[in-house]
Amino acid sequence: MIDVGEAVTRAHHDEWARVVAALTRRFGDLDIAEEAAAEAFATAVQRWPADGVPANPGAWLTTTANRKAIDRIRRENKRDDKHKEAQLLYDNTPPEPLGAIDDDRLRLIFTCCHPALAMEAGVALTLRMVGGLTVPEIARAFLVQETTLEQRIIRAKAKIKAARIPYRVPAAEDLPARVSGVLAVLYLVFNEGYLASGPDTDPVRHDLTAEAIRLTRLIRALLPEDGEVAGLLALMLLTETRRTARVSASGELVTLDEQDRGAWDKALIAEGHRLVRERLAAAAAGVAPGRYQILAAINAVHTSARDIRDTDWSQVVALYDQLVHLDSSPIVALNRAIAVAELDGPEVALAAVDRLEDELAGYHAYHATRADLLRRLGQSQQSRTAYDKAIELAGNTAQTANLTRRRDQLR
Amino acid sequence: MQYLVSVIDDKSNPGSTDRQPAISAFNERLIAEGYWVFAGGLADTDAATVIDNRGEQAVFTDGPFVESKEYLAGVWVWEVPDLDVALNLAAEASKVCDRKIEVRPFQ
Repeated sequence: MIDVGEAVTRAHHDEWARVVAALTRRFGDLDIAEEAAAEAFATAVQRWPADGVPANPGAWLTTTANRKAIDRIRRENKRDDKHKEAQLLYDNTPPEPLGAIDDDRLRLIFTCCHPALAMEAGVALTLRMVGGLTVPEIARAFLVQETTLEQRIIRAKAKIKAARIPYRVPAAEDLPARVSGVLAVLYLVFNEGYLASGPDTDPVRHDLTAEAIRLTRLIRALLPEDGEVAGLLALMLLTETRRTARVSASGELVTLDEQDRGAWDKALIAEGHRLVRERLAAAAAGVAPGRYQILAAINAVHTSARDIRDTDWSQVVALYDQLVHLDSSPIVALNRAIAVAELDGPEVALAAVDRLEDELAGYHAYHATRADLLRRLGQSQQSRTAYDKAIELAGNTAQTANLTRRRDQLR
Repeated sequence: MQYLVSVIDDKSNPGSTDRQPAISAFNERLIAEGYWVFAGGLADTDAATVIDNRGEQAVFTDGPFVESKEYLAGVWVWEVPDLDVALNLAAEASKVCDRKIEVRPFQ
């Protein structure tokens, strides 16, 4: 006996994006597609318990949503102009020429993550249209008012329509830049889940990390040849593997050196390592890796080590050197310095960190790193000041707890 | 689909002044590819006059409607299939003009 509730949930996971994407293509309107898809799922919730789960839930949902969309257009046209109905329902113009890959969901993703939309709008729109999260769910995840988030989505949809952002997979020559825009949106969703920024939220938001991984898997399935897609998926998996070990029972963030590595998820590690090996083989064949692939490789060094002392720090530093070439941001330099501390000692690392002061003085991790290095150098007074600053700037509750304990343990 | 393409200059950090040959060449390409509708460079904002005739009599004000560091230096109107085409051309236009570009759809 199939649990109907579970069947609806699974169909929602598996089919939401497909239904929205197919309807957007047919009706050329994100609003109609979104609303009709939501109505179709609501109908499934009502009908499936009595009628049974259809043999092909996706086809049932698409057909139902199509009918809902046509109903809505007919209803509106009784009020508005008769013209629109004819135009929408009998639009026989051939579809736009296809890009490299033809899948409606891919069109949907590229439209939602279009570079002409603000990042926060792209995030909200992607989670709603592709991820199928509700407006209250997304609002909660990003700690904004529901009305604010609703407006953000409405505005983004209006811009797509008014500015004519195309519903299309980009041309091959534009693909790398556009894929990187999509990956940036997904990485932001993941990071917000992995280190939630608000003081009133759980420190680790599994719903967001899981959603980011799910969407990245989808893009990986749609663009299997793209190295950065594989890299980002590997990076997420190898980070997610540490999730349960990352927060203690008392709600304190546990740093990498103190984590119980036995609690890391071995299946995720295996999958992440497979992807990293795939990209290493490509790199050996002369394909230069992008930043997500390098970050994934760095994480693979950690997930390959039995403990912190077993870690191949020279490998980590070498990978950071490679990353610095691609991304000269001070945050990369800071993370490199943390690895340098393990290889060349805290003094060398501290000198490198101090050089970043102008750029990173407002960043909690800068002060937390300094505090840790100063503590290891026995400079308790300065370390305490740095911890104070880090605590003041950190938004994540578990991180604040960790920093506070470390500060209070200073002698 | 038509877009207004504005060339934005900055009084405190103006773009280079030797761009005209490159802009002419770019215009010829726009015409050849069928995107060109209109183009025009604008005189300095000092030459602008604002007219307000919503009241009893017309009021003329010397200068632009908004004083700002950044100002409109010229405009294009392009006819292109969608925003992606407009953005790709605008990226080229920004290099060609050595200035920022705003792309805005007509209603």
